Amino acid sequence: MCLAVPGRIEEIYESMGTRMARLDFGGIKKDVCLAYVPEAKIGEYALVHVGFAINVIDEASAQETLRHFRELGLLEEELGAGEDGAAHPEVPS
Amino acid sequence: MKYLSEFRDGEIAQRIAAEIRRTITRPWAIMEVCGGQTHSIIRNGIDQILPPELELVHGPGCPVCVTPLEVIDRALAIAARPEVIFCSFGDMLRVPGSTHDLFRIKSEGGDVRVVYSPLDAVKIARENPARQVVFFGIGFETTAPANAMSVVQARREGLTNFSVLVSHVLVPPAIEAIMSSPGNRVQAFLAAGHVCSVMGTWQYPPLAARHRVPIVVTGFEPLDVLEGIRRVVHQLEEGRAEVENAYARVVSVEGNKPAQAVLEDVFEVTDRAWRGIGVIPASGWRLSERYRDFDAEARFDVGSITAVESPLCHSGEILQGALKPSQCPAFGKQCTPRTPLGATMVSSEGACAAYYNYGRFLAAESA
Repeated sequence: MCLAVPGRIEEIYESMGTRMARLDFGGIKKDVCLAYVPEAKIGEYALVHVGFAINVIDEASAQETLRHFRELGLLEEELGAGEDGAAHPEVPS
Repeated sequence: MKYLSEFRDGEIAQRIAAEIRRTITRPWAIMEVCGGQTHSIIRNGIDQILPPELELVHGPGCPVCVTPLEVIDRALAIAARPEVIFCSFGDMLRVPGSTHDLFRIKSEGGDVRVVYSPLDAVKIARENPARQVVFFGIGFETTAPANAMSVVQARREGLTNFSVLVSHVLVPPAIEAIMSSPGNRVQAFLAAGHVCSVMGTWQYPPLAARHRVPIVVTGFEPLDVLEGIRRVVHQLEEGRAEVENAYARVVSVEGNKPAQAVLEDVFEVTDRAWRGIGVIPASGWRLSERYRDFDAEARFDVGSITAVESPLCHSGEILQGALKPSQCPAFGKQCTPRTPLGATMVSSEGACAAYYNYGRFLAAESA
């Protein structure tokens, strides 16, 4: 129920006094209400739930998380630590 | 798709699982609160790559599952009225009431329509001024801003034929209730990422401190879920009980302020009954005094409602993590997604439906 999907903002317009946008979800286009993300700009990705953008996705933070994922476990491999939990990379928070 | 496929990498998933295996030294029970996460865990087989010491307890975070039977029966009574167009999210249509469901109302001539967005229901009201349009406003904090906006928009347009049957529920009081229950086994929580996207994380540190329980805000893609679990296990092993945010690309401490402002205006906190669990104090929202004229419950007198649960259904114990779906005697026999006895078998996010659809018939015995 709380499923939310990221989509790219392609066009921003107004309808019945409400700020709306057309978003691209991997080729599928849908109209989405932007009332809760007044700062959202064309080209940004918004997280959409039941026709409403509930946040703009923070690109820098997404990259940070992915970098952390890629590094995870590599340190153990380099240090030759097995499955005994000898070394853990620092977790960015 | 950007922001989805990168978070589904199988090799990295194995690496995070290996890190969890390296860290864990004893049995732990952690609860994923949100039904969307339950679905992701079972569908992606995350439960099958975790160490056996780790038990995942599936939480009550599926609004379809916890909407009380009385509310479903009230929805059915309102939807059956000839002047009403009843609008609902699709997953509520098959939820069994005491004797039937919204699909039956529709097949018997009731005007029941599935909407994708609450604003679609407002549009239907605008286009049908001679009819009464009722929107079934259920959901957690993630869905509440959208439902609230339907009321704001209807007022802005001066629509008098629009109302909402509200049954909103809130996550923090549910965590409080689970931790305070005498039989509780849960030692840590994965908090629902999209709820926190709206509400922020500021509500959780008092809960973590009061119950000495780690809470990690977690997303929904396989790597997000695994990372949430990894961080929770680290905290448990180190004896910490803190709030961490493992879903920082969409969750901040303060959350979505414009959404919170509208929620504050449209709703007020109320006690709420949760199907299978009972009344949890201050665990829901109802329309505030300012918007009470949009309350469908007040607008349509459907008489007194006596709800009757199936005696075979154990969804209450399942929603509280006391029983695994496959331990229910009716699971897969009298109760299947085609013939559901309770809501946990209806919604794809219900633990029973997830277990059924992804073949976890015996998994629970070994867990």
